[in-house]
Amino acid sequence: MAPWLFYFFATVSVACSLGVVGQRNPMYSVLLLIGLLISLAGLYVGLDSPFVAVTQVVVYAGAIMVLFLFVVMLLNAPREDVAPGAHLPIPGGVKVYGTILSISMAVMLVWALSRLGVVPFVEDPQAAARVESVRDIGVMLFRDHAFSFEVTSILILVAMVGAVVLAKKTV
Amino acid sequence: MPTISPSLVFQLTLIAVVFFSLQISAAVLVYFERKISGWAQQRVGPNRVGPLGLLQPLADIVKLIFKEELRPKAADKWLFYLAPVLSATTAFAAFAVIPFGPPTTFFGLLEKPVPLQVADINVAVLVVFAITSMGVYGIVLAGWASNSKYSLLGGLRSAAQMISYELAYGIALASVLVIANTLSLREIVDQQSGVWWLFDVIPVPAWYVFLAPIGFFIFFIAGIAETNRAPFDFPEAEQELVAGYHTEYSSMSFALFFLAEYVNMVVVCGVTVSLFLGGFYMPGLPDWLGPVWFIGKLAVLLFFYIWMRWTLPRYRYDQLMDFGWKRLLPLSIINLLVTAAGVLYWS
Repeated sequence: MAPWLFYFFATVSVACSLGVVGQRNPMYSVLLLIGLLISLAGLYVGLDSPFVAVTQVVVYAGAIMVLFLFVVMLLNAPREDVAPGAHLPIPGGVKVYGTILSISMAVMLVWALSRLGVVPFVEDPQAAARVESVRDIGVMLFRDHAFSFEVTSILILVAMVGAVVLAKKTV
Repeated sequence: MPTISPSLVFQLTLIAVVFFSLQISAAVLVYFERKISGWAQQRVGPNRVGPLGLLQPLADIVKLIFKEELRPKAADKWLFYLAPVLSATTAFAAFAVIPFGPPTTFFGLLEKPVPLQVADINVAVLVVFAITSMGVYGIVLAGWASNSKYSLLGGLRSAAQMISYELAYGIALASVLVIANTLSLREIVDQQSGVWWLFDVIPVPAWYVFLAPIGFFIFFIAGIAETNRAPFDFPEAEQELVAGYHTEYSSMSFALFFLAEYVNMVVVCGVTVSLFLGGFYMPGLPDWLGPVWFIGKLAVLLFFYIWMRWTLPRYRYDQLMDFGWKRLLPLSIINLLVTAAGVLYWS
């Protein structure tokens, strides 16, 4: 992938994810999350895996985010409720600890990134041969990792049953 | 200064041609929709503007351009205008991967034969699926951003309907993928170029509709539901919801929704033709006329869409959900299993 495409999608995804958490209107948050998922799909295309990219758009941006949007629309929450007590002045101690914590987080992040160093873009000559990856993904999922694949699906099923039990007062 | 290669020029021309043809196809479809509805109701249909009323779509467009652009005061400013643009963009983008002709040199104009297709992607089938699944956001956002109860109900219904029918649509699609063993639309079309001999005497075109008739049936019905056409046109059920999700829209933003609906029909029919009806191949007839065969098959399917709209009454909403989840989805899963078993047995 051309480096400028990588930087483009990387910038868009970082900007979108900052927007998701910084947004008061849940509707805009959902839309920015869709934007983030699509730009991640762009990065996958750059990594020569179009199948993963398209699946990302179909499953996450297409199916799961529609459900998110559905919930936001049905609840018709115009903006986030202000938590009770949020208008009170913030105590001084909280401010101090908060500042220390966030600065140390930032320092850790910069340190970790600087240890990685700048990795140059390397063109992979065999990339074109591996593009037909659907079969490989299928073989890997259903032969090599069949057990973890099935366990994950049972986990999701358990979560679904749990949600139904929690939502219904009498089962 | 970099030299401009002929293939780049060709690619850009192709994009422009496809873009404008899709717009014109929408205008032609509107004309035929009105004419056929007229005939179905023993009327004449539009016949005042131009010969046989042929200029009616043009008059409609001019009218829409000169209408005033209105936005409700309580509407969300950004999303209200984003929604129609999103609808139209996704509709046009999906056509990019549909092949509509064999590779051609344009009578020796180009050195190498180039395929008549905007983008030949090896996961094209899934790309169409991904882009159409983005199209639902246009409708949902229009419903929400208008801040009107009719629009909201229309948008919610549309979202529910599209999620329900996308499953059957996708699984019907998978039955063809199992037979074709590829995700590239061009390869799928190429595999349908020949002729089969039934009992060694009767020639049958090698189209997948004969191998997966139930898949075709499910795909066609789910396609109608995906494009929100009658008898599944709940998002804009006039008697209940005024005009559904585009109640509050006027002028060109309304025109964009209208355009998107018709372009979506063309895209869904184009995918159906490519997957089941041999794409641009007609057995026994010259291949270089590919685009003509493609448009011909498209026209037949589109006629079915319009015919159905003026023949069948609208379902009830609960009937629609029942039909999608309890009939179409199980049928498509059984169809996929049977097809996969057949492929394993015969290959």
